[in-house]
Amino acid sequence: MTRSELIARMVTKQRYIPQRDVSLSINKIIEFIVESVSSGHRFEIRGFGTFSLHYQLPKKGRNPRTGETVDLVERYTIHFKPGKELREQVNRNKPSVSNVSTNY
Amino acid sequence: MSRNDEYNKHPSRTRADIAQSLIKDIGLNGREAKEMVDLFFQEISDALVSQRSVKLSGFGRFNLRDKNCRPGRNPKTGESVVIKERRVVTFNASERFKKRINIYQK
Repeated sequence: MTRSELIARMVTKQRYIPQRDVSLSINKIIEFIVESVSSGHRFEIRGFGTFSLHYQLPKKGRNPRTGETVDLVERYTIHFKPGKELREQVNRNKPSVSNVSTNY
Repeated sequence: MSRNDEYNKHPSRTRADIAQSLIKDIGLNGREAKEMVDLFFQEISDALVSQRSVKLSGFGRFNLRDKNCRPGRNPKTGESVVIKERRVVTFNASERFKKRINIYQK
């Protein structure tokens, strides 16, 4: 699904908000999450998941092509942990699956 | 700085905070703002549940991965269990999102 499909779906699912405002809202929602996470806030959307930053220690890495060692600086990476409901729902169509909860 | 100070400086944000920004910046009323936020996440969830990945420029891509079953352990009791095969959601942040994180590191 792309942004334009998302806009179309959000327009048809409700009656009051015109396409222009739906489109603006999507941009704003994304910008708000990006801004929040970038400035160090954890972002928790109940049922859907949580965005947060994970700290990565500085370490030695290798260029896989040349094999030479490079220094990797400490940095943050963006982490998304799916929420319980989303984890369960994506497995709904897989009847063989029982939900062993794993925290990783 | 203790973990608690860090938390107070950057408290978790939620749906309600996004709704507030829609009210302030786009001029939606409270009910509309809540509806936009809820629909946004609902539609992404629905797409994933129907096995479609979701790509939003400037944000990232939500993908699905099928994991095989594998042996695991109950970390509390140490007993061996089989983790069944399952489908998981992954998120890859876009390059633009990743660049913004670097600003935070200085």
